[in-house]
Amino acid sequence: MEKVLLPRPPVSRRQILGRVGAASLALVAAPAMADTTVDLPFVGGQAKRLVTGAFPQKGALILQRTRPPLLETPFDVFDHSVFTPNDQFFVRWHWAIIPTEVDVASFRLTVRGHVNQTLTLSLNDILALPQAELVAVNQCSGNSRGYFQPPVPGAQWSNGAMGNARWTGVLLKDVLDRAGVKAGAIQVRFSGMDEPVVPDAPDYMKSLAIDHARDGEVMIAYAMNGQQLPLLNGFPLRLIVPGWYSTYWVKMLSDIEVLDQLDTQFWTKTAYTIPDTPGGNVRPGETGFNLVPISRMLPRSFITNIKEGDAFEIGTSAVARGIAFGGDAGVSRVDFSSDGGTDWREAELGTDHGKYSFRQWQIRFTLPARGKQVLMVRCTSSSGEVQGDTPIWNPSGFMRNVIERTAVVVA
Amino acid sequence: MVRVPLTIACAMSVALAPFGAQTQSRLSLESVNVDLPPGDDLFPDGPGVDAINNNCLACHSADMVLSQPPFPRAQWDAVAHKMLTAYKAPIDPKDVNAIVDYLASVKGVK
Repeated sequence: MEKVLLPRPPVSRRQILGRVGAASLALVAAPAMADTTVDLPFVGGQAKRLVTGAFPQKGALILQRTRPPLLETPFDVFDHSVFTPNDQFFVRWHWAIIPTEVDVASFRLTVRGHVNQTLTLSLNDILALPQAELVAVNQCSGNSRGYFQPPVPGAQWSNGAMGNARWTGVLLKDVLDRAGVKAGAIQVRFSGMDEPVVPDAPDYMKSLAIDHARDGEVMIAYAMNGQQLPLLNGFPLRLIVPGWYSTYWVKMLSDIEVLDQLDTQFWTKTAYTIPDTPGGNVRPGETGFNLVPISRMLPRSFITNIKEGDAFEIGTSAVARGIAFGGDAGVSRVDFSSDGGTDWREAELGTDHGKYSFRQWQIRFTLPARGKQVLMVRCTSSSGEVQGDTPIWNPSGFMRNVIERTAVVVA
Repeated sequence: MVRVPLTIACAMSVALAPFGAQTQSRLSLESVNVDLPPGDDLFPDGPGVDAINNNCLACHSADMVLSQPPFPRAQWDAVAHKMLTAYKAPIDPKDVNAIVDYLASVKGVK
């Protein structure tokens, strides 16, 4: 059922630079060089975005912000494979000072704090550790924020602030064991090489509970899909926190600090919080709820081969296919409805690449009545969680996982 | 800038990798030196455009602001103050109202 990745024309900026004169450099570097646009189908009206090839080591991506970069995967990419290609994997940075030059010989990862011995590890040191590999979905907390009603400020992502890759690296546990975590450790804090423009602003750091950090699944990756990470996806090292939102997957990871007290800094305690309610759901304007750090992901599923408004012939057999993931659990089943959610049928599932991976699904269906019909797809995770049919809302636009609806026209 | 990619083979010999040596990758990591687009376009004209150009573009480009849905003035005011308090934006206090004026005018609820 898996399809071979379709070849795409490379849109390497370096190649483009090679083709044009030096006098045009400034123009080429600007996002204005983008050659196409895409309309994201938000409720408030179609939202036009540039599709850009202006970023290094990256192909065509939807430009949400140039600096610091926010780049979204065009949704048709998810129809090509369960593995999202590195050059079209989404990008999200918080601060604008991003090292653009990383030397693999001099790079060091420090492990310090409440440990028996501070470690200063070179990339060779890390490559010499036992290798771990895991397929996992990396999804922004705010993926699909553009569909929130009423809208909320923030990156107006469609559904492409997510991707699935085979991550290769070392277990965080193995690295922590080498440093020797002292009794009384509570959390482990992670920081990368990016920096805020304003010196007073909070450096980007995230923390995990010590038991989570040592669970034997959290990884430090030096490769995705068999290649070194693109710089914008965190080269040379990225934290992999399977089943949890991308905010924890610290990029350009350079500092690991074992803490013997709770991390109270901004990015762990204050930012990336959700209402402490089922599904992070509150009513617009509601107050008085507690906020807790966002954590594990929820099940989602998408149709990837049929778009809103596509035309179908009445009574003719067709195939719907797509991807699903269980959040912090595997995919138990995917159900499909071709009549707006009245009847549901179980779809056939593709290869299982592990519980944290996208899983392909497909089903054959026939549309018996003319007019507008709504196709729906619903994932049930292996822990029994089911996507809901009512969108959630919260002030930050996090954790959307409603059953997706695709209206098609039958004639 | 001269771009000479430094190729450093990081794959270790078996002798240095006693655990799981047979599964060690032959992956070698290569130094990276890239340029990122500057994202320095100015905001389009509007009331208070100088204030938003002078105070906001140091930390982020204009494009994401311009692709926000329309919000009421009070919500834009909250966004501006979040930049000040949470993200320590070095906004001249006398410019805050002008920035909110601009946002309410260009991206406001009509």
